[in-house]
Amino acid sequence: MSTSSAPQPAPPAPLVEVAGLRVRFGGRRAAPVVDGVSFSLARGECLGLVGESGSGKSVTARTLAGLTGQGAVVEYERLAFDGQDSGRFSESAWRSVRGARIGFVMQDALSSLDALRPVGREIAEPLRLHAPLTREQREEKVLALLESVGVPEPAFRAGQYPHELSGGLRQRALIASAIACDPDLVIADEPTTALDATVAAQVVELLQKVKTADRALLVISHDLAMVSRIADRVAVMRAGRIVEQGPTEEVLRRPSHPYTRELLAAVPSAASRGARLSPAPAPAARPRASTRSRQRPAPGTVLLRAADLTRSFTGADGVERRAVDGVSFTLAAGETLGIVGESGSGKTTTARIVLGLERTDAGTVALRDRPWSALSRAEQRDERRNLQVIHQDPLASFDPRHTVERVLAEALRVARVPRGPRRRERLLDLLDLVGLDAGMLRRRPAELSGGQRQRVAIARALAPEPEVVVCDEPVSALDVSVQARILDLLRDLQRDLGLAYLFISHDLGVVHHLSDRVLVMKDGAVVESGDVEDVFTRPAHPYTRTLLNAVPRLTTTGD
Amino acid sequence: MRAARLARRLGWRALAGVGVMWGAATASFFTLHGTAGDAALSTVSGQGADPTRAVLDQVRRDYGLDHPLWRQYTDYLGRLLHGNLGESYQQRVPVTHAIAGQLGGTVELAAGAVVVALVLAVGVGVLTAKRRRRWIGAASSGGELVLASMPTFVIGLLLLLVFSIGLGWFPVSGQEGLRSLVLPTFTLALPVAAILAQVLRSELEDVLEQPFVLTARARGMRDAGVRFRHALRHALIPLVTMSGAVVGWLLGGAVVTESLFNRQGIGQLMLTATTNKDIPLVVGVIIFTSLVYVVVNLVVDVAYTLVDPRVVTL
Repeated sequence: MSTSSAPQPAPPAPLVEVAGLRVRFGGRRAAPVVDGVSFSLARGECLGLVGESGSGKSVTARTLAGLTGQGAVVEYERLAFDGQDSGRFSESAWRSVRGARIGFVMQDALSSLDALRPVGREIAEPLRLHAPLTREQREEKVLALLESVGVPEPAFRAGQYPHELSGGLRQRALIASAIACDPDLVIADEPTTALDATVAAQVVELLQKVKTADRALLVISHDLAMVSRIADRVAVMRAGRIVEQGPTEEVLRRPSHPYTRELLAAVPSAASRGARLSPAPAPAARPRASTRSRQRPAPGTVLLRAADLTRSFTGADGVERRAVDGVSFTLAAGETLGIVGESGSGKTTTARIVLGLERTDAGTVALRDRPWSALSRAEQRDERRNLQVIHQDPLASFDPRHTVERVLAEALRVARVPRGPRRRERLLDLLDLVGLDAGMLRRRPAELSGGQRQRVAIARALAPEPEVVVCDEPVSALDVSVQARILDLLRDLQRDLGLAYLFISHDLGVVHHLSDRVLVMKDGAVVESGDVEDVFTRPAHPYTRTLLNAVPRLTTTGD
Repeated sequence: MRAARLARRLGWRALAGVGVMWGAATASFFTLHGTAGDAALSTVSGQGADPTRAVLDQVRRDYGLDHPLWRQYTDYLGRLLHGNLGESYQQRVPVTHAIAGQLGGTVELAAGAVVVALVLAVGVGVLTAKRRRRWIGAASSGGELVLASMPTFVIGLLLLLVFSIGLGWFPVSGQEGLRSLVLPTFTLALPVAAILAQVLRSELEDVLEQPFVLTARARGMRDAGVRFRHALRHALIPLVTMSGAVVGWLLGGAVVTESLFNRQGIGQLMLTATTNKDIPLVVGVIIFTSLVYVVVNLVVDVAYTLVDPRVVTL
């Protein structure tokens, strides 16, 4: 497999040539989404197109397949596929190219596969459209394809629906449908996003096999580390332009553009511990604790004590499963305890038990040595101000009709801050705390960027002046540079307010960056715990080692 | 596993259906008891007689109307359990026979209307959703709005004016042959088709934005293929949900359509029964209607699991 990345002597005429590509939506006067992009891609080569959301990378890729979308204005100096001017392809010419010569792996396999059809039929579709095969031959080919992308029991899997497959198998099925007709070019848009690290590593391995001597691969991602594992060359996109492109190692080792350097610095990891991830330092006038009414707890005071948490659920098949199995930990003031594990490991259920949203079958949770999990709902309501939560997707946790002002005012009302100038002052103070200006107050959630939304969610969580904040994947849905700023904010807030974080994430780099101690969970149980440096540098449990090996590392690519 | 869960769920739904019918029977019993006047008088006056007190008393005894209310209620439920809906005051035949005799005409009409409505809605919806020329969808939507808000009898009258009086293609009324079924079927179907097409189009516009649609296009599928093979099935799910409402519109529309085109059917039966205060017949039609609703909703439950494999059967 590693042989495929060997340098090619004297590259042949490129399969894809793009020069001066400009794409606008909504008329010729609109600002271009893709603004003068040029690159080429030869058979046997993999190009990684890296950028954050809105940088124009997906639009660029879609234009290569003639799928820019309704109302798009596409201009170019050269746009060629296998020597032909693909900008002038008719719709019917495109139809004979798409699926047959260009295979497209769209973002998010769950929504990119038709939910109402078995995956076998989805994989067979390009064959039905392009290959002169009988139904039996197609079915045979589908099984062979599933086999080749590493799906076990292909005959059984072909009959299943997308929602019945795991994320990894779904992604494999989507890749199988893209390569069904043996295309010359495969485009993969964010192929590993939303997958667990170990599964993502397997998909990367599969993509390395998808790139063959006479096939080109274009990988699009916001994840530089992932791309660096597959791509021979990378192009870094920002605001519709390619700011830097070159051989992968060179770009990673000697980034010439400041934006590339910023992207590289924003990736949280072991190396970034204790350092800031985002370039701009936060406004200096930070601690304005004037409106706070509570004393911060002395560092080291144990705030949260969970003992032997256990929770079983009965699945759809009637079998009882232990989602959480004997989990114990303590959390002290000013400390961050990370919980890592893959999806289904029980991280979120543990968080829900701690928050009192889920009961525990056995064991207890104590807040400041007072019982918490044993309290009734009504009694918990009084104590809840000490324990707040930040979710992965703040958009879903806001009423879409409420303005930021109303969201925060409501949180302050619940926290019993009396109406009037005092509440107003506290509200502005909260905004200031999370680095937003008062102009945001009139906005509604849909009018905020992902980072701004998460800041509002943090402000809401801080409204009742909690001592403990449960962060459930708080940065998983964010671009790396936005993630960097939110992580920096969380660290600043901890320093200034003495908060204790229970920090749940599947991203080991993020946990390593932020946590003091860590719990590694698998199948509901804690397999390893301790100081984050100890656990991540000298893992004792084989599962921890598997997890750590799956993490793509930027620095170790060449060695 | 899946089949067993589906069967259990259907069992529960059937039980709930029995509850619905019991509720309908009880509500109609007490409503009519409270408002419909002297039942004995209605029973006898059907024959055009001027009954004496003795005759009325005799009728009361015969029909058990001298019993206390709770006893009349339990007797009534007992008769219902045996499928006995009583005897029509006016027609002097069992209510079940009266309904069965009129069922054919209405089933013919409603089935035709469902087929026409679905074909029209799917055709119009799929062809007009999310076209590059925006006016196509807008024009179609406007037309549907007009049709959906027009009273059934106006649609029927317009169809009559144009196609039977003007062009002479179809008979004005009657019930002989397929030709006499065309105008009533369209009268009943057009407003339903208009509403279904509106729902279908707006759903399709959402579905056609979904990533799996882009994936299908990226496989080289033509637009029509994408619409019919992928998007349509997703867009049909809300139509399945609306089936109950559609049955309601059809039954309501049948009353108007049948009298407009002078056709025999449940609608006509209901109309004459109500104007003649033929209480057993009115109650019978109510209970029959609720049975239709219960059965339709059971079928919808099964249809869901067939259309959408994601539906969890609990």
